[in-house]
Amino acid sequence: MGSSISWARGLFWKGNRSPLSPFFGSPWGFLRVFWKSCHWAWAIQPRHHLLRLNPQSDPMDPYQQLDFLALDDQFSEEELMVRDAVRSWCSERFMPLVMEHFEAGTFPMELVGELAELGVFGPTVPEEYGGAGLNSVTYGLICQELERADSGLRSFVSVQGSLVMYPILAYGSQEQKQEWLPRLASGEAIGCFGLTEPDFGSNPGGMLTTAKRDGDDWILNGRKMWITNGTCSQVAIVWARAEEGIRGFIVPTNLKGFSAPEQKHKWSLRASITSELVLEDVRVPNGALMPEAKGLKGPLGCLTQARYGIAWGAVGAAEACFDEALRYSKQRIVFDKPLAAFQLAQKKLADMATDISLAQLMALRLGRLKDEGKFTPHQVSMAKRNNVSMALKTSRTCRDMLGANGISLEYHTGRHMLNMESVVTYEGTHDIHTLALGHELTGIPAYR
Amino acid sequence: MNIVACVKRVPNTEAVVKVADGGTSLDESGLSYMISFYDELAIEEAVRTKEAHGGEVTVLTLGPSEGTKEIRECLAKGGDRAELLADSNWLSRDCRASAKALAAKLSDLGADVAFMGRVATDRDNAAVGPMVATYLGWACVTDVVSLEIAEDKGTARRETETGIETIEFSLPAVITCNKGLNEPRYSNLKGIMAAKKKPFEESPAELVDNQASVIALTPPSPRAEGRILGTGPDAVPVLIDALRNEAKVI
Ligand SMILES: Cc1cc2nc3c(=O)[nH]c(=O)nc-3n(C[C@H](O)[C@H](O)[C@H](O)COP(=O)(O)OP(=O)(O)OC[C@H]3O[C@@H](n4cnc5c(N)ncnc54)[C@H](O)[C@@H]3O)c2cc1C
Repeated sequence: MGSSISWARGLFWKGNRSPLSPFFGSPWGFLRVFWKSCHWAWAIQPRHHLLRLNPQSDPMDPYQQLDFLALDDQFSEEELMVRDAVRSWCSERFMPLVMEHFEAGTFPMELVGELAELGVFGPTVPEEYGGAGLNSVTYGLICQELERADSGLRSFVSVQGSLVMYPILAYGSQEQKQEWLPRLASGEAIGCFGLTEPDFGSNPGGMLTTAKRDGDDWILNGRKMWITNGTCSQVAIVWARAEEGIRGFIVPTNLKGFSAPEQKHKWSLRASITSELVLEDVRVPNGALMPEAKGLKGPLGCLTQARYGIAWGAVGAAEACFDEALRYSKQRIVFDKPLAAFQLAQKKLADMATDISLAQLMALRLGRLKDEGKFTPHQVSMAKRNNVSMALKTSRTCRDMLGANGISLEYHTGRHMLNMESVVTYEGTHDIHTLALGHELTGIPAYR
Repeated sequence: MNIVACVKRVPNTEAVVKVADGGTSLDESGLSYMISFYDELAIEEAVRTKEAHGGEVTVLTLGPSEGTKEIRECLAKGGDRAELLADSNWLSRDCRASAKALAAKLSDLGADVAFMGRVATDRDNAAVGPMVATYLGWACVTDVVSLEIAEDKGTARRETETGIETIEFSLPAVITCNKGLNEPRYSNLKGIMAAKKKPFEESPAELVDNQASVIALTPPSPRAEGRILGTGPDAVPVLIDALRNEAKVI
């Protein structure tokens, strides 16, 4: 094996390079060798991984994405630039805070301005409404990078873009678009999406929340549950049953009769606010009704967008766990050699690398189909179902490989594993997507 | 103001790299690249100078034709146009040849000021900036940590091992940027979209032969094993003795 040289990233980034150091005397001064007397280290070290035992909580940490099938070749320069920009932002700005917020059950609201500046709120929205007019593959890559950091971060951005900006863009009036989209893109307003109710999750068509006409106004009554960002939103997209069927409303959260108490004691998706929405005789003008959303296909159309992002996001979460477990397994000495030198560990790594690569392919293909205007909700169901279940399984395997460290928030894997329990449930549970696929394949609905 | 930021595309410092067969260069297969850290400071300073004084920022690089992504990232961060001097062998080009090629282009461009990194993070020579200035007959201030530019002159502060110097210089000038000069901005999605539409010109680099070439590339010898001098308070005098008489550092 040729010798490997690891570039001394930490030293020059921290700017504390000492000219006296004998390690930097050579013309290749910034090269540093991680020389291990143990020959295992050489034998098993693939090119893209630094030999470090540190947990990843260091913002300087070099996350290395597995790209076994060289899929980077399939992306345009611009797509890669966006991905890398979001990746560095996450590493440098979000990762140093994530453990603290996950533990506290809070979202770092102070970063909302930076997220907006980065441009991740509704990036596919046309520029005239404050978006960046990006394609869907780029949006997918953004979700992948955000969820590599934390599902809470990706959820924040998914809700804002796919569940709040998207319905306004797709179903809203010109006035509604002009009023809300630029404010949502700039982070001046945060939005939430209220569909689920205490008794109706997988079957939102049964919802009890009502919208009744009162002259030119509407009166909304009901209760929504499990609403991401409810408590910190300025505006809620509320789905309610009207006489003519399910309709969607753009509801400012400061209206009389509207409240959004936070749901506490979650052990998953903790770096994200989840809330109830309580609507007691909330009066909104007819201008709050989105004219083009009629029936259940309104909210379902939004969910298709968000699920698309989740199919990519799950890859990011799985990648984060895999990266950590691979690194760890090469460092952790058990029975006198690295964990990675045991066949049982290698099988796990081989399986996970394969699963991740397949999920990447599915996300990419789906993205290209979406950009060609050809993707179907059933394809999204397949990708959401497969990729999230892959990420859940991968995170559990990685958690196991980290031993006791796997249950510590000092490492990322345990946090991702807990998050995946939410992601596998929201936006259509795994089994609901199974039924959707079964329905599509056989033509026979088996939901009830 | 005609502002140029000279940037180098270097192997990613987070990657683990190998010496290629032959032992004189890096194995480039699967290597990822980035803009040298100090050159990020150069871009940022160039953009800030434009924001303060108006004008245009040209991003100038000597590098391979295919290395456009990293240069476009500089456009996303506020550069207005890019000039790529094509050199597929840029990683093993010596300082003189690199400096000559850059100087020729800077002269063509009629730059008022050229910002460069204090050193490129791959070769660690810290020579190209001063050499460019010498070939052009321009002022040169290295390792700059703060800077003010007026009409035809500027004031810079440079931090060295021995102290802090404040320097007044005339324009045109080459400024090499050191950590602390600024905090480089992140590129954002709109900047990236805009970068796609900015002018990007490629021309062959005017190259002279290397006068100095790498003939062997070897990792530093392994660090000697540590020595335990003792434990607890008893070890303190032994440690002091070792630091004083062996290491001669106190
Ligand atoms: C952290 C978090 C954030 C969320 N954010 C939002 C949000 O922002 N907005 C929003 O509207 N909602 C949100 N949700 C709600 C989420 O979408 C629902 O929880 C989800 O749709 C499942 O509904 P449920 O919890 O009522 O489960 P149920 O529908 O009661 O399902 C329970 C179990 O029954 C299974 N099941 C259901 N129907 C069938 C069937 N026909 N055949 C076989 N099995 C079936 C399910 O697969 C599941 O295993 C969020 C949830 C979580 C956990």
